[in-house]
Amino acid sequence: MPTQTPQTLYDKVWNAHVVTDAGDGSALIYIDRHLVHEVTSPQAFDGLRINGRKPWRLAANLAVPDHNVPTVNRAGGIADPISRAQLDALDSNCAEFGITKFDLMDVRQGIVHVMGPEQGATLPGMTVVCGDSHTSTHGAFGALAFGIGTSEVEHALATQTLVLKKAKSMLIRVNGHVGPGVTGKDITLAIIGRLGTAGGTGFVVEYAGEAIEDLSMEGRMTLCNMAIEGGARAGLVAVDDKTIAYVKGRPFAPKAVHWDAAVAYWKTLKSDPGAVFDKVIEIDAAEIAPQVTWGTSPEMVGPVTARVPDPATATDPVKRSGMEKALAYMGLTANTPIEQIRIDKVFIGSCTNSRIEDLRAAAQVVKGRKKADSVMLAMVVPGSGLVKQQAEAEGLDRIFLEAGFEWREPGCSMCLAMNADRLEPGERCASTSNRNFEGRQGQGGRTHLVSPAMAAAAGIAGHFVDVRSF
Amino acid sequence: MRAFTQLTAKALPLDRPNVDTDAIIPKQYLKSIKRTGFGPFLFDDWRYLDPGTLDIDPATRRPNPDFVLNDPRHAGAQILLARDNFGCGSSREHAVWAMDDYGLRAVIAPSFADIFFSNCFKNGFLPVALAEDQVQALFDVVNADASAEITLDLPAQQVRLPDGRRFGFDINPHHKHNLIEGLDEIGLTLQNADAIKAYEAQRQQQAPWLFA
Ligand code: SF4
Repeated sequence: MPTQTPQTLYDKVWNAHVVTDAGDGSALIYIDRHLVHEVTSPQAFDGLRINGRKPWRLAANLAVPDHNVPTVNRAGGIADPISRAQLDALDSNCAEFGITKFDLMDVRQGIVHVMGPEQGATLPGMTVVCGDSHTSTHGAFGALAFGIGTSEVEHALATQTLVLKKAKSMLIRVNGHVGPGVTGKDITLAIIGRLGTAGGTGFVVEYAGEAIEDLSMEGRMTLCNMAIEGGARAGLVAVDDKTIAYVKGRPFAPKAVHWDAAVAYWKTLKSDPGAVFDKVIEIDAAEIAPQVTWGTSPEMVGPVTARVPDPATATDPVKRSGMEKALAYMGLTANTPIEQIRIDKVFIGSCTNSRIEDLRAAAQVVKGRKKADSVMLAMVVPGSGLVKQQAEAEGLDRIFLEAGFEWREPGCSMCLAMNADRLEPGERCASTSNRNFEGRQGQGGRTHLVSPAMAAAAGIAGHFVDVRSF
Repeated sequence: MRAFTQLTAKALPLDRPNVDTDAIIPKQYLKSIKRTGFGPFLFDDWRYLDPGTLDIDPATRRPNPDFVLNDPRHAGAQILLARDNFGCGSSREHAVWAMDDYGLRAVIAPSFADIFFSNCFKNGFLPVALAEDQVQALFDVVNADASAEITLDLPAQQVRLPDGRRFGFDINPHHKHNLIEGLDEIGLTLQNADAIKAYEAQRQQQAPWLFA
């Protein structure tokens, strides 16, 4: 038997989806799953209409509103007429073209990247796309998943394919085990801190090593969610027993007749021994502390035990001026201990950290304690109606409410502040989301990215604290 | 799609790294269900001193005189000069639509975020990656003389400076061809409809659960 060249996981999923190879490094790649939300789809549906085209394979598409939805008083409808128009457009487009959609009042509604895996609509080895950059989340299942622009949404709808250039491959191996209180969020932030927000540009990243194997599926989703913040269009984690156990029994997962064949295939979805990556990074898990961002880019991050860095120490002038602008925007002084930074609001939610484990971790911290008086709002926004239901069954809602936190309806909420939830100018927020860009959570708002437990602890203390000794 | 072949125009120097798509077009404008009309909101948070929304007339707002786009010397620029990692952040194609609607036709930077980069090509908009020192040279030229015109020659894959310097750039041949011809990628892909159907039939044998 001829020996086969060892393949990476990325090679395997890519090769299984090549429809035609252009021979110039690009290929027509088949798309198994297309997730749709209200913000990036209206112009794509318009394009279909203008050109008299139909979706190629209806069953591949699944739609849900999430970015604009209110997190309070849902039965009262959407007050903002412009937001409402976007939701109405999703309704009428899905109805016109016959696409399955979960409505606002459906318990399955939620953030598209929480809903997909929860429904089993994301499966190992699939290609998954969505008009949203955090589609990288679904790579946790060994699926090749990435965000696309609206023209590509239209292309995927009309042809079930995309014209893609194969990316380079990077392996990030996180060796050993993280200490207590260190989560998938801290790992992903620490990686971005080390490689920078452009470190993964042009690559698909596979995360491996003991610390990644240790993570639950939810932790792996958090990890891959932020692959895009490190510049990589997609992140991947090999399939293991946890992956298969998570998928089993979900509504869109393979039924009994196909289950064994599916599992047999999924078990091959890992990089072969000896597979060659274009780049390999090794990280020592034991060195990762709980992380807090201090600037306006996710790479501006450090351990909670550190101080705000001093731009004067940066040698590169472009970098120095970037740091100066960031500190000015954030209203921070160089060398301030991170633990002395006081916060005004807490946001626990987003496709990064709004799953049941995230809410459990936050609830564990706040249980029996009270929100600091100086914190004017601490809100918990579950990732989906099903997460909310589960949390309520476990009594987490009461823990939060007793501590003075608010308990909301599912959606993107203050992750990007397209609905009514937002920071006012100058307000400082401990947020479990993924972007701390200027104005991201409201114009002039100041965002510090942290894990759910760290955000919860900051809400209790009124400033950042090391959750390991809290 | 609008074709792109050659462009000679003034350039707008935006001297910041990591310009993200939230900065290019803030989220409140993403509520529009159209592809056009985003130009007045390009770089909105930097460009105006007061906050805006879709229903506030931009003409009534206070421009930030310190922001480069409001500098009258740069009026009419069609090329954006930028720094590393331009277009990072979300997948919103609105970022390209806003630049295009404003009147820009191309962007030059040392590096781009992947999704933004590919969105450009779907809109007849040319992103050019040059070496750091070449980008610096362009900044120097434009900072010295805002009226300096830069030429982008796509067929020749060249950026030409008024002083005669020429910088070659790389581009995927497929992207180059589609831009020059102004081709609609969906139409091109649908010419392969039989291959897509054949792939589906074969995949259904191998992985029937994907089609159940
Ligand atoms: S939660 Fe935030 S990052 Fe995630 S899809 Fe919604 S807006 Fe995007």
